[in-house]
Amino acid sequence: MSFEPKIVGFMCNWCSYAGADLAGTSRIKYPPNVRVIRLMCSGRVDERLILKAFALGADGVLVCGCPPGDCHYLKGNLSARRRVMGLKPFLECIGIGADRLRLDWISASEGLKIGETVESFTETIRKLGPSPLRRSNHDN
Amino acid sequence: MEPRIGVYICHCGSNIAGTVAVEEVAQFASGLDSVVVARDYKYMCSDPGQNLIKDDIKELGLNRVVVASCSPRMHEPTFRRACEDAGLNAYLFEMANIREHCSWVTEDKQAATEKAKALVSAAVRRIYYQEPLETREVPVNSNVLVLGGGIAGIQAALEIADSEHQVYLVERDSSIGGHMAQFDKTFPTLDCSACILTPKMTTVGQHQYIQLMTYSELEEVSGYVGNFQAKIRMKAKYVDQEKCTGCGRCQELCPISVPSEFDQGLGKRKAIYIPFPYAVPNKAVIDAESCSHLKGLKEGKDVCRLCEKGIEKKGIAGCEAGAIDFSQEDKIVEVEIGSIIIATGFQQFDPSVIYEYGYGHYDNVLTGLQFERLSNASGPTSGEILLTDGRTPESVAIIHCVGSRDQNYHEYCSRVCCMYSLKYSHLIREKIPNAQIYQLYIDLRCFGKGYEEFYNRLQKEGVNFVRGRAAEVTGVAETPEEKGKLVVLCEDTLISRQRRIPVDMVILSCGLEPRADAGEVARLVKISQSADGFFLEKHPKLDPVATATDGVFVTGCCQGPKDIPDTVAQASAAAARVLAMISKGKVEVEAITSVIDEKLCSGCKICKDLCPYGAISFDEEKKVCSVNEALCKGCGTCVAACPSGAITGRHFTTQQLLAEVEGVLV
Repeated sequence: MSFEPKIVGFMCNWCSYAGADLAGTSRIKYPPNVRVIRLMCSGRVDERLILKAFALGADGVLVCGCPPGDCHYLKGNLSARRRVMGLKPFLECIGIGADRLRLDWISASEGLKIGETVESFTETIRKLGPSPLRRSNHDN
Repeated sequence: MEPRIGVYICHCGSNIAGTVAVEEVAQFASGLDSVVVARDYKYMCSDPGQNLIKDDIKELGLNRVVVASCSPRMHEPTFRRACEDAGLNAYLFEMANIREHCSWVTEDKQAATEKAKALVSAAVRRIYYQEPLETREVPVNSNVLVLGGGIAGIQAALEIADSEHQVYLVERDSSIGGHMAQFDKTFPTLDCSACILTPKMTTVGQHQYIQLMTYSELEEVSGYVGNFQAKIRMKAKYVDQEKCTGCGRCQELCPISVPSEFDQGLGKRKAIYIPFPYAVPNKAVIDAESCSHLKGLKEGKDVCRLCEKGIEKKGIAGCEAGAIDFSQEDKIVEVEIGSIIIATGFQQFDPSVIYEYGYGHYDNVLTGLQFERLSNASGPTSGEILLTDGRTPESVAIIHCVGSRDQNYHEYCSRVCCMYSLKYSHLIREKIPNAQIYQLYIDLRCFGKGYEEFYNRLQKEGVNFVRGRAAEVTGVAETPEEKGKLVVLCEDTLISRQRRIPVDMVILSCGLEPRADAGEVARLVKISQSADGFFLEKHPKLDPVATATDGVFVTGCCQGPKDIPDTVAQASAAAARVLAMISKGKVEVEAITSVIDEKLCSGCKICKDLCPYGAISFDEEKKVCSVNEALCKGCGTCVAACPSGAITGRHFTTQQLLAEVEGVLV
């Protein structure tokens, strides 16, 4: 069977989750690989959530928040950016790879961008193959 | 108490069931831990659907409910209420979004079903750890801030003030009235715009429940629904508004002339001016950018002051009321309000970027708004339609869709240009009976009440309708007839022929676009803009005046192009929403806040500096931080940042989120 990436999406309630709702309302089709978890703000995303997702077998983690300057909570999205950027080198070090974690700004009106982002990230992960953590699980 | 979970999978007619095998998902859910019952039903949001939940809570002793249906942004309140009706705390309910995030966006049915299972499993695992929470009720301040004094703001302000609630109406210009005050006649009834607007403007100016703040701008907004604080900058007018009688003597004395914004640059105004004769308030202001005395003051010089002192030699007195006050400074006024209505309107598309239409290059190529002023009795020509050299035009071309329905500029239709273009034909015909009038259109969109009839009437009045988008306006003549004329080049698609139409005047029916600083307003009140830049409403059909921020409403053209009837209707709708909030007197605030465990807190204060609302304070005695729940908005940034794991974000606890992660990865 071909490899189907499992991707966990963390999206803020006000912009990105609403954008994903709009993608639905507009019937924009995109791959089913990203499963979205709603948060009030992307600033809520911490290292624990991301690492746990990888530990539980995610092949990729997508974090989406309001575009800078548009954060519903003023600057929570900037915290998310710092955290994601800080975590990337660590992911690289432990062999998961920095490219498996992606951060994007998607506003409530960008249904199309949700589709494009999910499509391109799924493609990236598909090329990277299953997460090393998943591969070792399979080997055992 | 051991969780007893009920799971309900909605078909949403065929919206979900057409793509997702709902029975299979229900079957899957029934096998999950602690699930007592799993059902699928045609419409969960219907009364029978909700009753299904209520009955199961009572009969099966459910203490957790999961509904897999549409977005929680849509129906979470509905199902929470149903749970509460059956005695279950609203926060023991969870939704899995298998419509917007699954059935509507997935083509493959098998994949959609698998995704739906994952989302249901996440919700079930998450709800296992959910806890009952109490919502807070906060009182609603009955004062209202209306931003923008065009017809939308005026209408909304009057509706609210008439029910005896205080309104602060903030307008950037020195008079209210907005674009409608500039118009000549209004389509399709041909009412004189000023005649129907001025009574409303005057009422606003005199209303005991409206505090009119002209020449003012919103600077800062804080607080939350029902309890906002706003800072408003009242720009210095340099004229004591109490003393000014609006006599206009100062305008006659002032030696500085600048293009009038109100007349769209066709006429002049002075540096001290009343923008138009029926301005409200009818008081002068000094434009500090143009006034030579105010400019001189910056360099330490004392010049001019003719408006204040008059011309002594000729025995002409200055302001008799003694209203001129060059020492005035901007004032910041703070107001407390419960709700905000945004009615900041639109700006006209600037056609100079469409080089081929020659706007700004050729005289007698006008924008729509310029023509309104030209045709208006209070305009620069007292309502005579004249060319720049003072001749009367014998032929006029009106080019539609300038900046609208054009991938290069704005993709959307501006909704009013067809009708105002038709209106121009009528106004020209009325004033210049023999004029040749050409309408160059793509499609004529006459959709409103009485609009199609108006179009039919125009056809009888003898207007040349040419179907085709104008390609160019040129002054280069190819034949003797074209000499000294503007030539409009286009393809007449109805006769499949290229045409050159020589005319004396070209009117560009420019589209409506969001104001250049709409983004700043959006940031101030924390609302979003749609892709075209207009403010985003909560729901395009069912909630067109509310926004993602509770207590902030949008109305008029700042939400999207619309004509006057639609604007007025939407303004009244926004007012009705505000009045409903006021009459209820209180709003429920989500119980989603952060709480710090004193025992775990190390007192590092990282959270304190991150909190955008200043909700976290440090107790010097105990050396720990604590959260003020009244200020906390529940974003969870502090939860993520706490190095000791001492902060819990209610309803979004780490345990709940990790369970959800586990769920989506099954």
